[in-house]
Amino acid sequence: MNNVPAIELRNITKRFGTKVVANKNVSLTVERGEILAILGENGSGKTTLMNMISGIYFPDEGQILINGEEAVIASPKDAFRYGIGMIHQHFKLVDVLTAAENIVLGLKGSFNLKKAAEDVKRIAAQYGFEIDPMKKIYAMSVSEKQTVEIIKVLYRGADILILDEPTAVLTPQETEKLFKILRKMRDDGKSIIIITHKLHEVLAISDRVAVLRKGEYVGTVVTAEATETSLTEAMVGKKVDLNIERSLSANTPDRLIIKGLTCVNRDLQKVLDNVSFTARSGEILGIAGISGSGQRELLEAIAGLQHIQSGEISYIDPNSGVLENLRDKTPVQIRDLGVRLSFVPEDRLGMGLVGNMDITDNMMLRSYKAGNSAFLHRKEPRMLANEIIESLEVVTPSVSTPVRRLSGGNVQKVLVGREISSAPTVLMAAYPVRGLDINSSYTIYNLLNQQKERGVAVIFVGEDLDVLVELCDRILVLGSGKVTGILDGRSTTKEEIGLYMTKSTAMEAEENTAKEENADE
Amino acid sequence: MNENIKAASSKKHEPRFHIVKRDQMKWQKAWAIRFVAIVSALLFSALITVLLTGVDPIKFFSALVDGAFGTSRRRWLLIYETSILLCVALALTPAFKMRFWNTGGEGQVLIGGMATAACMILLGDKLPTPLLFLVMIVASVAAGAIWAVIPAFFKAIWNTNETLFTLMMNYIAIQLVGYFCQIWATPKGSGTIGIIPNGQFPALFGNQYLLNVIVVVALTAFMFVYLKYSKHGYEISVVGESENTARYIGVNVKKVIVRTVALSGAICGMVGLLLVAGTEHSITKNTAGGRGFTAIIVSWMAKFNPLYMVFSALLIVFMDRGAKQVTTLLKLNDSFSEIITGILILFIIGCEFFINYKIASKSHKEDKN
Repeated sequence: MNNVPAIELRNITKRFGTKVVANKNVSLTVERGEILAILGENGSGKTTLMNMISGIYFPDEGQILINGEEAVIASPKDAFRYGIGMIHQHFKLVDVLTAAENIVLGLKGSFNLKKAAEDVKRIAAQYGFEIDPMKKIYAMSVSEKQTVEIIKVLYRGADILILDEPTAVLTPQETEKLFKILRKMRDDGKSIIIITHKLHEVLAISDRVAVLRKGEYVGTVVTAEATETSLTEAMVGKKVDLNIERSLSANTPDRLIIKGLTCVNRDLQKVLDNVSFTARSGEILGIAGISGSGQRELLEAIAGLQHIQSGEISYIDPNSGVLENLRDKTPVQIRDLGVRLSFVPEDRLGMGLVGNMDITDNMMLRSYKAGNSAFLHRKEPRMLANEIIESLEVVTPSVSTPVRRLSGGNVQKVLVGREISSAPTVLMAAYPVRGLDINSSYTIYNLLNQQKERGVAVIFVGEDLDVLVELCDRILVLGSGKVTGILDGRSTTKEEIGLYMTKSTAMEAEENTAKEENADE
Repeated sequence: MNENIKAASSKKHEPRFHIVKRDQMKWQKAWAIRFVAIVSALLFSALITVLLTGVDPIKFFSALVDGAFGTSRRRWLLIYETSILLCVALALTPAFKMRFWNTGGEGQVLIGGMATAACMILLGDKLPTPLLFLVMIVASVAAGAIWAVIPAFFKAIWNTNETLFTLMMNYIAIQLVGYFCQIWATPKGSGTIGIIPNGQFPALFGNQYLLNVIVVVALTAFMFVYLKYSKHGYEISVVGESENTARYIGVNVKKVIVRTVALSGAICGMVGLLLVAGTEHSITKNTAGGRGFTAIIVSWMAKFNPLYMVFSALLIVFMDRGAKQVTTLLKLNDSFSEIITGILILFIIGCEFFINYKIASKSHKEDKN
């Protein structure tokens, strides 16, 4: 072993436009046979930095040294030439092809699929992957697809692997499996860079941690000497209280009763299958599940945006106790019934807000119709906008700034602020902290808690199981559109949730392979 | 690809220039860039003219101005042409704001004109004039609206491509007009409809063009207020920006699409009325004269703002009329004036690139190795 690092970055700077500096003067090294975690909040420049190593962007300033020699990486092809392979957060695979076909896709010259399949099997055996080279991508689970991506890179001879948020789509069990494989690859002498913002994973997997903050390199620490608190401080730049308070409401009457809800998509596949649960006032009901398990459809069905095939959605009026049927009602009809249902959708700028409109105009999205006048009244929305900017500390040049110019956290504050302002009795939020920095995330958790204490029935769809376990009173787990379990938030663990998350997908996968085999016969 | 790698290894592959998105530019600077673009377009078209024809550039510019402003009649024609073009642009704008690419203005104007002509020919001697006018107005507006609603309906229900659909409707309208030109031809067999005696709009204060000006001023004000301050206008913006958001807040997207496009078509139909009953007193396949397409540029150049459209329409008409005079002067054919107008439009649209982006060169340090 010589002491030349596998990658050395010297004073790398990358700008977008004149104001945005994605990376500023970043210098760091990756040794051979080590796992380096790159830690930083969203927007701290982790992905941009890695994209420069893998040839997607070109640095404005600075040098990249591979094995001690200066390298010019102007395209992903160049990167491969240097043995660098990146596994992106969003997979780049062709659905209708098999794993082996995807792996050889794009390589020069003629290839022998049989031999490729054997090579794939050999690589898989070497590191402990489980993969069927002849399986089609569309029949694969997310973790299998990820396996294909990793093997694709190894097949091309990469010995520097970059993984961008690889665990975001995995269950805790799958994550553990992936980590085992990564350790094996490290022991084999490969250099692995893993981008993440989950602290406990950093502590579990990495040898060293490089921290970025707002595009600047803060420093590298040896993982063994770091703690969650010390890493958070390095990442945020100040002390952060990582505890979420969870109060116990004395009185939790039923507010929303869902019975046997079934929805189908355009291909007539069931996206929600016989879903039943009750949301209670003064309680946060968490919804967990692998992304795409029907979370979006469930909230949209309640909000009156999904066609419902069968089932019931009933709302109990908090004052009169009258049962109202919400099924097959449009959002306007639901509002006209006097049901104060607020909804923070997953797609903030594509659904909850209009990116090109200013904060004032976004405030009146829900209320512009009020009154008989043919003209808009902007006075009240403007007051509301000012109120929200002040109370939620939204950073914006003015109320007339288009919301797309705000940062992710501020966009979310505007959206949540508007939804809360109507004094809801039910508040649904889908992934409300996705892409937000730690401080904004905790602001949102606090807002949800406040609403709960006011007696609102809160439904919170989340992806970070640690947060779900800390925040929610009850957790409903969805798997392929079915309710696989409703757990008590105070007694459950994330491992238990993880088991319920994969419960029905495991069954589905078996069914799928069974079908495939039948079709082959 | 191999060359790339070779180049990369010899370290000469670094991109020297790249395009960088600008931050919001100050409006003064943006307008300065646009002004420079217009001046450059004029200089460039003068250069082209000089190179192709050897004419004195001073003569070129004076002919340009003369063609647009030279006589009282030319000035009125400039105002009239601007008002008609502006009218069509205003008609297209609500649809555009909704991201419904109505390329069928041409056909909607023609079919409105057809309806007008039909009323004038068939009912002209049967109804008292005020009633005839009323029928003409209703018929032209309805015809334009229906012509636009057909593609809108298909878009709303089956999500068909409105660009192609509205475009196709143009050809149907043109051929329909051609067909009726045969049927109603005077004298029979000539294939053209001569001047229709009944149902002509009277000249206001002895000026044939004044009516158009009044209509377009009112329409500009209406459209500005409608888009910016009315609930309908707000719905149009929301649907245009994101149909998902519109659904989320409970807007009936299908209804808004049909309603907005109907308005768009209705105003186009009214332009047909103004053309046929107001000035031409006849109809041919060319009555719309390509304005349905030019208006798309007018609307885009003004970023869908009705007030800015006054200027973009005026600019295009000025260039068009000026270039026609240059062409006559140099005894060239019509294509030449279109080249000149084309140059102007290219420069104006092209300069938006420099407003949104800048080209940055890389600072080089590698020379030291």
